Amino acid sequence: MDTFLLSGFNASAEVLDALTRFQSLAYILAALLFILALAGLSKQKTARRGNTMGVVGMAIALVATVAVSVFQDQEAAVLTIALILAAVVIGAAIGIWKAAKVQMTAMPELVAMLHSFVGAAAVLVGFNSFFTEPGMAGDASNAFHMGEVGLAVFIGAVTLTGSIVAYLKLSARISGKPLTLPGRNAINLVMLVACIALIAWAINTTGVGEGLVPLCVLTAVSLVLGAHLVLAIGGGDMPVVVSMLNSYSGWAAAMAGFTLGNDLLIITGALVGSSGAYLSYIMCQGMNRSFVSVILGGFGGDAPAKSGEARDYGNHTETSPDEVAQLLKEAKRVVITPGYGMAVAQAQYPVAELTRKLIDMGVDVQFGIHPVAGRMPGHMNVLLAEAKVPYDNVFEMDEINDEFGEVDVVLVIGANDTVNPAAETEPDSPIAGMPVMRVWEAGKVIVSKRSMGNAGYAGVQNPLFFNDNTDMLLGDAKVSVEAIIANL
Amino acid sequence: MRIGIPKEPFEGQTLVAASPDTVAKLIKLGYGVVVERGAGARADYFDDQYLAAGAGIVEKEEAWGCDIVTCLDTPPAEELSLIKEGAVLLARMNPGANPELVGRLAAMNVTALALDMVPRISRAQALDVRSSMMNVAGNRAVIEAANRFGRLFAGQVTAAGKVPPAKVYVIGVGVAGLAAIGAAGSMGAEVSATDVRPEVADQVESLGGTFVEIPVKQESSDGYAKELADEQQKAVLKVYEEQAAKSDIVITTAQVPGRPAPLLLTAQAVAGMRPGSVIVDMGASELGSNCELTRPGEAYTTENGVTIIGYGDLPSRLPGQSSQLFGQNVVNLFKLVTSKKDGEPVWDVQDEVVRGMMVTVEGNVMWPPPPVKVSAAPLVQAPPAEEPREAVEAPARKRWWWKIALGVLGVALVVTAPSEMAGHFIVFELAVVVGFYVITSVTHTLHTPLMSVTNAISGIIVVGAILLIGSSNPLVAALSFIAMVIASINVFGGFLITNRMLKMFERSSE
Repeated sequence: MDTFLLSGFNASAEVLDALTRFQSLAYILAALLFILALAGLSKQKTARRGNTMGVVGMAIALVATVAVSVFQDQEAAVLTIALILAAVVIGAAIGIWKAAKVQMTAMPELVAMLHSFVGAAAVLVGFNSFFTEPGMAGDASNAFHMGEVGLAVFIGAVTLTGSIVAYLKLSARISGKPLTLPGRNAINLVMLVACIALIAWAINTTGVGEGLVPLCVLTAVSLVLGAHLVLAIGGGDMPVVVSMLNSYSGWAAAMAGFTLGNDLLIITGALVGSSGAYLSYIMCQGMNRSFVSVILGGFGGDAPAKSGEARDYGNHTETSPDEVAQLLKEAKRVVITPGYGMAVAQAQYPVAELTRKLIDMGVDVQFGIHPVAGRMPGHMNVLLAEAKVPYDNVFEMDEINDEFGEVDVVLVIGANDTVNPAAETEPDSPIAGMPVMRVWEAGKVIVSKRSMGNAGYAGVQNPLFFNDNTDMLLGDAKVSVEAIIANL
Repeated sequence: MRIGIPKEPFEGQTLVAASPDTVAKLIKLGYGVVVERGAGARADYFDDQYLAAGAGIVEKEEAWGCDIVTCLDTPPAEELSLIKEGAVLLARMNPGANPELVGRLAAMNVTALALDMVPRISRAQALDVRSSMMNVAGNRAVIEAANRFGRLFAGQVTAAGKVPPAKVYVIGVGVAGLAAIGAAGSMGAEVSATDVRPEVADQVESLGGTFVEIPVKQESSDGYAKELADEQQKAVLKVYEEQAAKSDIVITTAQVPGRPAPLLLTAQAVAGMRPGSVIVDMGASELGSNCELTRPGEAYTTENGVTIIGYGDLPSRLPGQSSQLFGQNVVNLFKLVTSKKDGEPVWDVQDEVVRGMMVTVEGNVMWPPPPVKVSAAPLVQAPPAEEPREAVEAPARKRWWWKIALGVLGVALVVTAPSEMAGHFIVFELAVVVGFYVITSVTHTLHTPLMSVTNAISGIIVVGAILLIGSSNPLVAALSFIAMVIASINVFGGFLITNRMLKMFERSSE
């Protein structure tokens, strides 16, 4: 087989030409399938088809690339195939194992980890591309190439450590609190300028030995920058961070594509990058914060954050599962607004069971989801879907916010800032102006919360808890909801 | 406190001030509610429905003798005398045109709130009975017109020939006008509309109508269109006349509170209309009408075959719906004044909504209230109202800068890059745009699967590693191998987890 390939390669330039055409064709097909995959993912009906198209596109791209790579390799086609197979098998085994066993509540961590892999791969491909084509003096095309290598390494490294820190925060291995070093914005700025300078340096080097120095320093600085950026952002801003890293991983892949002059990588990276950027934009809108302010660190950096605490809202009323069950039974229309607390307590299954029971009793039950509820875009939707809550019962904030006046009972489970009336009523509150679910307009609000003590992510007290029409159901959300079900 | 819902004393009044649904809501606010026997019968709300909602059913004297009495219009003398001293009366009163009524109410030592005097500010919309009634009336005006009109509304091409769509022209785009535009449009008619306030053009177009401009512009400071000066008036009438001649159906909606309705269609304008045309004059009343030839309360056909409908009771022709809306407005008023939900209303003079409605309070005349301005915010609110506007504009400008900067960068890359690379940049820039377009329509439930699928496809970076794995440099080969392993994790893990998630999503109907 070895000789056959060799003879095939040596036989004529026409074969090589045909091969390149075949590769271009395969890449166009794969790129189209990826676009269709993303488009399909925008609707429930077409989502599964979209995923299949992505798989097919990936398969076509891989087969074409492997074929070309094998044909082009003059000496060791067998070794190449063996290496590729070994790598893919190892990667696939790890990937399948991870995907099959992950809990839905742990999805944000997994997604963050996958981002870090793309970042790492981009760094490696960047370095490789540098080794095969190091800097040359006075060649414009080579200067661009080196700049692209620098950018691929830079974005890749930032994505890598940023995602690892996000992963650690999301899996609660390190504290979710923002790390606020003095002058942290200045530190970031210095590192950013240093990275740009290092890339410029790398562009002006010749040969591997000379170029390796700026590239290694660049990698180190970028790794620190990525970690520091995400360390400074608090747990509640994670939906933005995760989608932002998603975007970065795409840009990193695109840059790697530039270094290799590979259009498929460029297209795919750009698709992922822009889609992640758009998701970040949606998330920022959900919090009424600018992208820059999220990047620059969590709440609490500025003085006004404390002013929310000072207010005295009076006393809260506590209730029992028994009373809540009674209330829900008599209600005509119930809306459940879950938050991150539901994910933490793993309460989605009892909540779904409660929903089914109430619907069987003739109660109209709906879910209202704030865009930034949870730690990842769409986090709550996935949890509810896992627990078999039909997705057409689940509404976005904007779809349901004007209707709370007609709702008899709202059940707030583990949500805090997203239902805080202070955002609308107190102009000096740190969350002022953030769109919130107007649950307080409902006839009755039941808030399931671990204790009265801990404020939400923004560190602001929530006057909702002290309203006359609000009752607090204190305790673990899962236990509370199970107790309600038992009392129905 | 106890709220009494009496049967409406006026002949022909089919509405009732509360439906069983709104009675239940009043009870939730802590009030006791009693309904006069048969009060809702003409609106198809029967006594047992009220009983089921928690109300008591009582006789006439008891209903009128409650602490709070809610009815549609100020009752005639006989019923008025049943109201006890110190009670609260909620009704439409038109106090501006009824000074003797104001005196009478004061003499009776009651607290009277005019439901038709809700200030036109956004916060008060939920309790504005005029808006509710005008909405129903505008809808019904179209139905009445359709009933009298000898043709179809929607245009069709049939085997028996082509049917042109009816042309409907609405004068006055208030609540009623908008409702009429919406109703006529949904029946397939071609709708145009005119208003002296040019800012309503967008609203007309949002309902699928065409806005016909008139030569006179007017800014409104209190939410109502004002009367016009003479020479302007003539120019405006001319526009109406021209438009009416082109239209099959003309609906006029102009009313000025407490005054005769302004004249919009002259006898000459009616004479210029085609036979078979229909005019619905929603401003018609004994005081004056929008059309010179209207006979208030009647529908008749002129000598040149134009039917003029001058019904003043359009809301009463949909009694169930109108009563429900009226009742909900009343509930919203009580919500406003019963923040403690203890059934004890607090009539706060400081609240400009409540203040605007007050006619008398415990025998003291409160009418007229100080003026409320809509366009210019009250002094206290002025500074905060302006700041956010600037804040909104600033980011918009910033966004533009971003776009321009990106555009310049894109052009710069393509121009400066060596020619063999320019193609890659073009591909890149186009892919970015495609990415944005593909994602903008994504439904919120799919954000997470979308992210994991993009994770999977960004594993395409494996391609970059494969291309270099055959390298003779062992370091490059080794790095490629590692890159391939981790990128493969993404490819397989990403697609698989997406598939797992998507399988979980279910519709309720399945």
